[in-house]
Amino acid sequence: MTASKAGITSFLTPSGPKVNVSRAMATTVLMPQLGESITEGTIVRWHKEIGDRVAQDELLFEVSTDKVDAEIPSPAAGVLTEIRAVEGVTVLVDSVVALIGHASDVSTMASPPGVASPTADQVAHDEGDELSSGAAVPEDRCDPRQSLSPVVQKLVREHNIDPAIIQGTGTGGRVTKTDVLNAVRDADARSGQLEKMSVMRRRIAERMLESRRTSAHAHTVFDVDFSRIAALRAAMRTGYDDAGTKLSYLVFVARAAVEALREVPVVNAALDGDTIVYSSDVNLGIAVALDWGLIVPIIKRAQDRTMVELAQAVAELSDRARSKRLTPDDVAGGTFTITNPGGFGSILGMPIINQPQLAILCVGAVEQRAAVVDGEVLAQARAYLTLAFDHRVIDGAVADRFMSTLKRHLEEFDKGLL
Amino acid sequence: MESPPCLEVRRLGVMPYADALQLQQALVNDRRAGRVRDLLLLAQHPHVVTLGVSARQRLSNLRVSRSVLQAMGVEFFDAPRGGDITYHGPGQLVGYPILDLRPDRCDVHRYVRDLETVIMRTALAFGVHATREPGLTGVWVGHDKLAAIGVRLSRWVTSHGFALNVETELSYFDLIRPCGIEGRGVTSLSHLTGTRVSLGAVEEALLREFGAVFARAVTYGGRPT
Repeated sequence: MTASKAGITSFLTPSGPKVNVSRAMATTVLMPQLGESITEGTIVRWHKEIGDRVAQDELLFEVSTDKVDAEIPSPAAGVLTEIRAVEGVTVLVDSVVALIGHASDVSTMASPPGVASPTADQVAHDEGDELSSGAAVPEDRCDPRQSLSPVVQKLVREHNIDPAIIQGTGTGGRVTKTDVLNAVRDADARSGQLEKMSVMRRRIAERMLESRRTSAHAHTVFDVDFSRIAALRAAMRTGYDDAGTKLSYLVFVARAAVEALREVPVVNAALDGDTIVYSSDVNLGIAVALDWGLIVPIIKRAQDRTMVELAQAVAELSDRARSKRLTPDDVAGGTFTITNPGGFGSILGMPIINQPQLAILCVGAVEQRAAVVDGEVLAQARAYLTLAFDHRVIDGAVADRFMSTLKRHLEEFDKGLL
Repeated sequence: MESPPCLEVRRLGVMPYADALQLQQALVNDRRAGRVRDLLLLAQHPHVVTLGVSARQRLSNLRVSRSVLQAMGVEFFDAPRGGDITYHGPGQLVGYPILDLRPDRCDVHRYVRDLETVIMRTALAFGVHATREPGLTGVWVGHDKLAAIGVRLSRWVTSHGFALNVETELSYFDLIRPCGIEGRGVTSLSHLTGTRVSLGAVEEALLREFGAVFARAVTYGGRPT
């Protein structure tokens, strides 16, 4: 055992990948062997791009294997002339992943004479900047987008442009010199504001698209008479105010939805692979808009709660959401979601289902509208309610049965529940 | 017989994840330059979800949106370590060994298996029989993960390390799919033993086992200044 181990260990240069000078002009960089039983590695990040100078032993790339991420230094000094294994690619140990040319080749790749080199003053000034912003340096090192070559760093500084807003076309999306120059040209042409999506924004985008791809979204819209509820609300409101909570239209809708979900339970189910998972509890998600995004806290076992308790839960959860005091339990296990864009003036929304649920109810604004009742035109408090449902599981007739039930519970709201 | 090389233990207490990242980076440089000996940093973190390098393309192992994390006061970081997604928080013992694996331990698999051994032996001291699962790095009890492992190597100097659930509030793991593995749960020493296991007692056992497995003489340093 010791013999074979010693054999393999001696292959490793003390600090990095194997070196193989195959011809006078270039050094090949090989995937290193990071352990006796390891046969391959995945390139997770290049720290240099093609054309960059690299010093011997300078960090060149990172390899991931098992649960280990390893920094690999450059085996030689020179210029990175070719990358054969891009980020995300898994290659066998000893495969050639890159070529490093001699430093004397650099002249052919350096900036053309037309690009002014910095004067001594500028260099001193730039260094001063770096010193004064010392605190930012370690952060930059942790951010892959910030691994810019010195040429690119200089350009970015000169044009006072945020590299994070530039779409990189280099290896692994890295920002190259051309990218910066193009961005500067584009910005001059547009003279508008550019903003890189935040990670949170990208995450929301991903989740929404994922839901669109997953569910067969279909929508049905019901026009609901809220005049009885408007009257009940006006009459009962002060009692709720005394209890320290608010009797909003949303609470009536939540109460009626719980009843309708119990009558049409598939709307309260979820889909897990090809299994429909029915829930004995109605765990009601209420979408809460925040300055920085959207959260859906859950009212657990809504079927066991009185109107006052529902009103209190809605107020308490949205308050805790806005003050960042939700716990993991508050956002887990929802079976059905209500979103209330009526609060923002929307009369009719077409929401996206909250996966893995099968339906989401959208409440439009309650407004005075002309309605024909017994041949007479009357002014009535009315609202459009939309159900978005997953047609893989719920057919239109079932969705409409749910909505008719909901409409009935709202229009004939049981006063005894208050 | 030669006396074993030293391992200096530094107890960081409760430290924000960002500070621990920065400290490790500095200590890795110090270790490579020979300014410090082999180190083992022990810490607890405030609630944080971190994403290893193999998870960058698969954010789907985060079960809630970043805004939900933010609303719950859970920080979120990309971590320059191997592995997928994980959670750290109060009651979890986090260990960051800063070891130079040269000359005789230059083997990634051996290092990870050694960390697993340390944790399995630590768990055993509390009567818990923990195991490895082939292909799933970490330490397991049945189908539940007791400790997560994610490591970074800089020219054979290690950083990042392991997170052992001692009395972790396990519901926070509902926010993620731990390590990106479906159909598995998480557990803690307190949960498994049905008693409140103290972090101090676990630290003590862990240092003993770490010294034995890595053949290091454990010494104690002060807090970093």
